[in-house]
Amino acid sequence: MTEKALTVQNLCAGYHGTEVLQDVSFTVNPGDYVGICGPNGSGKSTMIKIILGLLAPTAGAISVLGKPLGGFHDWQRIGYLPQGLQFFNPHFPATVDEVIRLGRLSAKQFPRRFTKDDARAVERTMEWMGISHIRGKMIGELSGGLRQRVLLARALVNDPALLVMDEPTTALDPETRESFYKLIFEMNREKKATVLLVTHDTATIGKYASHLLYLDKKVIFYGSFDDFCNSTEMTGFFGEHGQHLVCHRH
Amino acid sequence: MDLNEMLSYGFMQRALIGGSLIAILCSVLGVFLVLRRLSLIGDGLAHVTFGSVALTLLFRLQSVYMTLAVIPVVLASALGILKLAQKARIYGDAAIGMVSAIGIATGVLLASVAGGFNVDLFSYLFGNILSISSSELAIAAVLFVIVIAGVVMFYNELFASTFDEELAKSSGLDTDRINAVLVLLTALTVVLAMKVVGIMLISALLILPAVSALQIAKGFKAAIISAAAIGVGTVICGISVSFVLNLPTGATIVIINFVVFLLALALRSLLRHP
Repeated sequence: MTEKALTVQNLCAGYHGTEVLQDVSFTVNPGDYVGICGPNGSGKSTMIKIILGLLAPTAGAISVLGKPLGGFHDWQRIGYLPQGLQFFNPHFPATVDEVIRLGRLSAKQFPRRFTKDDARAVERTMEWMGISHIRGKMIGELSGGLRQRVLLARALVNDPALLVMDEPTTALDPETRESFYKLIFEMNREKKATVLLVTHDTATIGKYASHLLYLDKKVIFYGSFDDFCNSTEMTGFFGEHGQHLVCHRH
Repeated sequence: MDLNEMLSYGFMQRALIGGSLIAILCSVLGVFLVLRRLSLIGDGLAHVTFGSVALTLLFRLQSVYMTLAVIPVVLASALGILKLAQKARIYGDAAIGMVSAIGIATGVLLASVAGGFNVDLFSYLFGNILSISSSELAIAAVLFVIVIAGVVMFYNELFASTFDEELAKSSGLDTDRINAVLVLLTALTVVLAMKVVGIMLISALLILPAVSALQIAKGFKAAIISAAAIGVGTVICGISVSFVLNLPTGATIVIINFVVFLLALALRSLLRHP
């Protein structure tokens, strides 16, 4: 039987007594590109944090790449790209090369020393992403788009089986955003990595993702974009205009 | 007075060696602390050191035993700051402020019980590296090896969690353990640094070489190496200048560090706008 990329069963989560996710269940197959959408406060980022082991659920079970999350240690098989760095300091003294190499730490045991293999993996990823020419630049000197590319390279440097992204294009201009989506799409096609991408950009994601997960604390819809666009139930939920917005570029 | 004559004194040799070792530790850890916005932890732990030193003076311990007696108290306080921030759901600066105030209050109370401040306590407040003994230098060398070994072993993890803690966690790194390692190494360094610049000026030795290096360094490793070089250079220069001009050593080191910071700032502006 093929190992599922992600299995979420009856997941519940909350903060200080307020429930953010209620009985969420879905399964993601290897190679799927899932766009995760929903209004603010719908639990999208909370779910991503739980999948990454950053937050504990209040109930339910998750299996990542065939293993229960509680016993999951293959973090090098997951790449994570956040919306932006939590407290990004533009004067942080790290070069592009140093930042991408940090992505290799997850595959290492204490004392987590880098080897020539790591240097080769960094080189390969930079070449694939077309950013070799900026390897010596400081991360703070880069534009928002280039900085997100570098962080994506960091997430991809282990050739992850699952790439998780939380609103990675929020701070980007429309042109850079489009090229970013294309890059993710190519990566999904070429490297066969499963992609989970949280976004508010419902109009664009339909063009690239294979599946849509629409959350509003509960799963409102989960399935392929074709199913979403042909669903009369979703027409009832979003209205014809809302459904068209998501589907017109698919 | 020429250089040879200055270096011929045993106390100067010990001061220069001890000062350099401590400067390396402060500068290297300072880069991590400054970038993590934990610069003032040095101040907080120094104030705890003040309370602990007052306690050891009350029991009339010799200087060398005093350093050893202070270490466990400062290590426990460092972990206390972390636990307070986690358990009491308060920000790190508030936790540092609380532990810092308790340290000072304890010191003042104990000094009062002992019959007031005396010369010994004063020398710990403002430092006196020229009085470092051979046994204190030996302790400094042992602690130097322990702290540097800790930094080298955890270097990549410290770098990753300093860059972004959430990203580090999502890579499977135990960031709580890394934070504990950083504050414990800092606590050991603070105990040593009180001899060089004194309790009142420890945070300067942790912050100034690091922020000077951050003005000019191109890369993380470069920042660490530059900070260590600036730290050693300014401490050697400060000890020498204070000896020749008969000035207080700790204060001289801090002022020289500030001048270097201004120079680094000017150099950065020049490099940006040639």
